[in-house]
Amino acid sequence: MNAIPLTHVLMVSTALFFIGVYGFFTRRNLITMLMSIELILNSVNINFVAFNKYLYPEQMEGLFFSLFTIAIAAAEAAVAIAIIINLYRTHSSIDVEDADELKL
Amino acid sequence: MSSSVLILLLPFISFVVSGIWGRKYLKNFSGILGTVCMLVSFILAASVAYNYFFVTGRVGGQYLGTIPFEMNWLRFTNELSINIGILIDPISVMMLLVVTFISLMVHVYSLGYMKGEERYATYYSFLSLFTFSMLGLVVATNIFQTYVFWELVGVSSFLLIGFYFQKASAVAASKKAFIVTRFADLGFLAGILVLSYYSGSLDFKEIIARYTDPANPHLQAIATASFGGVSALSWALTLIFIGGAGKSAMFPLHIWLPDAMEGPTPVSALIHAATMVVAGVYLVARLFPVYAISCPAALHVVAIVGVISAAFAALIACTQTDIKRVLAYSTMSQIGFMMFALGVSKYGGEEGLGYMASMFHLFTHAVFKALLFLCAGTIIHHVHSNELKDMGGLRKSMPLTHITFLLACLAIAGIPPFAGFFSKEEILSAAFQHDPVIYWAAIATAALTSFYMFRLFFMTFYYDGEKKAEAHGHDDHSAGHSSIAMTGVQVVLAIGAVVAGFVPFGQFVSSDGFALPTHIDISFSVLPVSLSIGGILLAMFFFYKKSDKAIRISEGLGSVFVTLKHKFYIDEIYAFVTKKIIFNLIAAPAAWIDKNIVDGMMNTFAKATEVFSFSLSGWQSGKVQSYAAWFLAGVLSLVLISLYLLQLL
Repeated sequence: MNAIPLTHVLMVSTALFFIGVYGFFTRRNLITMLMSIELILNSVNINFVAFNKYLYPEQMEGLFFSLFTIAIAAAEAAVAIAIIINLYRTHSSIDVEDADELKL
Repeated sequence: MSSSVLILLLPFISFVVSGIWGRKYLKNFSGILGTVCMLVSFILAASVAYNYFFVTGRVGGQYLGTIPFEMNWLRFTNELSINIGILIDPISVMMLLVVTFISLMVHVYSLGYMKGEERYATYYSFLSLFTFSMLGLVVATNIFQTYVFWELVGVSSFLLIGFYFQKASAVAASKKAFIVTRFADLGFLAGILVLSYYSGSLDFKEIIARYTDPANPHLQAIATASFGGVSALSWALTLIFIGGAGKSAMFPLHIWLPDAMEGPTPVSALIHAATMVVAGVYLVARLFPVYAISCPAALHVVAIVGVISAAFAALIACTQTDIKRVLAYSTMSQIGFMMFALGVSKYGGEEGLGYMASMFHLFTHAVFKALLFLCAGTIIHHVHSNELKDMGGLRKSMPLTHITFLLACLAIAGIPPFAGFFSKEEILSAAFQHDPVIYWAAIATAALTSFYMFRLFFMTFYYDGEKKAEAHGHDDHSAGHSSIAMTGVQVVLAIGAVVAGFVPFGQFVSSDGFALPTHIDISFSVLPVSLSIGGILLAMFFFYKKSDKAIRISEGLGSVFVTLKHKFYIDEIYAFVTKKIIFNLIAAPAAWIDKNIVDGMMNTFAKATEVFSFSLSGWQSGKVQSYAAWFLAGVLSLVLISLYLLQLL
């Protein structure tokens, strides 16, 4: 069962995190950016679960935290999509470059 | 005696109601409301006066002041608190009667005069505000309350002078009146501070008690303290008199009064003839025991300023051609009479005749001068002009005004048995007893008074055939002139001008509260009365029929006449002092410092901040992803730094 060491799992989550960051920086489409954020959040979830599993197997906090993260991610996705829909209605675009009214 | 509080409250209620709701909802009702409030106020004042003078006031043959209502208004420390209350004593009761009566007359008169005015409700609310303030001023129990209401009458006078604010001249006049009287009030305030600093009390009763007893330590302190070689008491009383002189239009602070005639004529009758302008006289009378007993020098200043103003204004009045300006200068002259009557008086007994005479003249003057102004208002309403040249021959078209104006003129000229005769005789005999110079100046001024008043009378009602100005075809003029409110008030006041002199005034008002029997000495009266009749005859000679006699005389007088016509160039002197000296030497440099140094410093700070922030604003690109990139870079560098610091790398 412990054949896979912790560092391997952390490699995966780090890779996932940076894939998400890369997508967040380079994509102009808001929905794709939202998906990138989900990737970042999931990399954190993997970390929680992995640390819980490998370091403190008798405790449950890591699992609980990942459950929280999933719930919050769901709520955040709902809000973000509502924003994107409104943005589309007013700007006829979901390109992040077009939403720049707040700059000086 | 809560009815005395109600006397003040009723005009205040009328002011608030027609001030807030008048323009929208009570457009025509506010006049009635104000008048009814004034009527009730007047009845209450009359009952208070009856009670005071005939029932409760006299204790052992002497009238003493009582305070039916007083409350603590501002409490600063245990020693320093300011009360507000009602003081009932002979002069305040007399003033209550005069103010409520004249105000009632003016309220009624305005029902006709201001009919159809766009800001009718506003007018009535201002009028009520004025009446409230004036009543508060006369019943003040302490000098600070006097000051508060003093400023309030100043404000309401300002509002009413500038009532026709579309006219540039009215705006200028209201500003002039406000600034000049405010300037004088600076003296008043300084006087109050000096006076109450040494007395340790603001109460009139306390101030008078402490400053009239030679053994009192307060009096000794203020009398020994000196500034510039003059005792602090003289300073305080003179400064307070400066405040009074500003309000009462005494030379050289009189310049606002003639211009104040820009206001509606009933306002001139109420504020600038009968009530507010005598506030200065009233103030000196209020503190009279202190002036007379402890500081005769300050009282001497009052006498000199009074007699100069009386003579000066009478001279100018002979040359003016605006009916209201003539009346304004005559008001100033009559107030001068009141002032010097106070000035020559002493405290107590027969010696206090001047005090009684001054108050008596204040009383009769209020009646006949209000009548003169209201008649002038009717005339102006009729001919639509203030200028005497547009009048003449009006006796046929305005018979009633002709009679009432004549009665008022006889009263002011001091012809027996009209009101002015009695009070002026008392003033002249007081002056005769104490100061021959003032007496002769007063006699000459009294003769001039009858000359200029009858010049006005003849030029208005005789002189020339009635001008057939186009204004006479107006529809509103017949409605305006025949208004019962206006003529009724004229008749009531004319009766007052005839009978007011028969009031045994000395029985009620005297410097020490004991009855002072008044008697008219026929042999003494011969000279002033014959001089007055001479003045009338002279005016008749010049102005009964149109002729060039007067013009030839005025040309013969040359530069003297021109100087008088230009009111001794006092306005020009003020303009020179304010514009050339104060403006160029003080105001302009101060403005430069303000603009360039004070503002400049602030502007430099603002500019520097602006430049700095613009240099930062480029960072705010509005691009979410670049923010996120910066954020990530920041986090990564923080992580690297902390790793380095923790020696883990």
